[in-house]
Amino acid sequence: MRNPQLNAQGELQHLLTIEGLPAAIIRQILDTAEPFVSIAEREVKKVPLLRGKSIFNLFFENSTRTRTTFEIAAKRLSADVINLNVGASSTAKGETLLDTVNNLSAMLADMFVVRHAQSGAAHLIAQHVAPHIHVINAGDGRHAHPTQGLLDMFTIRHYKGDFTRLVVAIVGDVLHSRVARSQIHALTTLGVPELRVIAPKTLLPTAVERLGVRVFHDLAQGLRGADVVIMLRLQSERMRGALLPSAQEYFKHYGLTPERLEVANPDVIVMHPGPMNRGVEIDSAVADGSHSVILPQVTFGIAVRMAVMAILAGN
Amino acid sequence: MNMDCLPDPEQLVAALLAQLVPALSLDAKLVGIHSGGAWLAERLAAELPGQHELGSIDVSFYRDDFSRVGLHPQIKKTHLPFEIEGAELLLVDDVLFTGRSVRAALNELFDYGRPASVQLAVLIDRGGRELPIEAQFVGARLTVPRDQSVVLARAATGHLSLGLQPRQERADA
Repeated sequence: MRNPQLNAQGELQHLLTIEGLPAAIIRQILDTAEPFVSIAEREVKKVPLLRGKSIFNLFFENSTRTRTTFEIAAKRLSADVINLNVGASSTAKGETLLDTVNNLSAMLADMFVVRHAQSGAAHLIAQHVAPHIHVINAGDGRHAHPTQGLLDMFTIRHYKGDFTRLVVAIVGDVLHSRVARSQIHALTTLGVPELRVIAPKTLLPTAVERLGVRVFHDLAQGLRGADVVIMLRLQSERMRGALLPSAQEYFKHYGLTPERLEVANPDVIVMHPGPMNRGVEIDSAVADGSHSVILPQVTFGIAVRMAVMAILAGN
Repeated sequence: MNMDCLPDPEQLVAALLAQLVPALSLDAKLVGIHSGGAWLAERLAAELPGQHELGSIDVSFYRDDFSRVGLHPQIKKTHLPFEIEGAELLLVDDVLFTGRSVRAALNELFDYGRPASVQLAVLIDRGGRELPIEAQFVGARLTVPRDQSVVLARAATGHLSLGLQPRQERADA
């Protein structure tokens, strides 16, 4: 079966998930993002690539940072951006997802950026739209958040260069995290030799080892010698039942403090996809400290999203 | 036209320098269009009298054929390490053909600021313009079949050479 993200020429048609994406396409996106970074330093922070294209941000689930960075990315490419807070409009009146998409297609959309609480929503839209329309998954349920995964790869490459010599540790709520899944697929595809997840059993998916990760339940052991530490947000709003005793208890065992980070490599970088829960998964002294690259992640996210949109629009 | 008829680019560089030395202001800034024009600008900056700051420009984001051929697979960073506002600029390219790359480069330059002036120097003018663009400084004028591209190559030693290739849409000068 053909990868639904690729067209007949093997080029990117939609960006739905990093799982199954060839390493060459991931590298193409990261390489293309490089020249977009410097556009932010210019007098006119715009290039005319997507002039006349209409990009619809379809957010069925709230998100400020992701929606804003997609909007900035599209505007820097000179596209027209239409933001729809769908949860508050049509869906509430009973319209189906595909009817919403049909209506927006009739308004001559060229690209949809979709966030939805249901895994697979972006896939469904991608299968449904006309061939000239491109779909970007901006997060679907627990499944995938590919642009976040890609901007994390861009950040790691920016600070560390080569992926094939790195020890990377992902810490925290992997169970509920689409970001973690996208990161794991990207890191294994790019050849990271030692990928660790560190979390209590209750916050790991069953058989997570099959994704190619080493599992640690002890933070100190898992952080030893790490070059990159990725903290995940404790997604209390997605938790049903008692997976954890309390946030304080979680911080006691898995919260990242400067002292705990000492066992990692001296030049370790600390990442977080945001929004952060200070004092729950990460101590402020780390979040604002010298190892933190959390704000550069946000900046790079714009360039990476520009690269994805430009590549898709050109294919 | 076959390979034997192509001129030696080293001689063309000398011919360009002979035109530029009396005409170019001593502080004009050189901007080469990737990749051949950037190599050429480097050579010219090294050999021209005066202090010429050097930049390079990749016009991929400004091309007019994006909607037909998509994004170029390998984009270099545009690097302009000086103020464009008020600057006297010499835009440098290897081959001038349709004029579309120069149009794209001008548009990109103006997104950095308003230069005082922009002149154009090219190693080869092969005619075939599709836009009202001309170079002030030309190494040589050639006639090349429309289905062929003139391609500048640079060896590790820095030596420049010219070749002909079947024309691809993306490779137009």
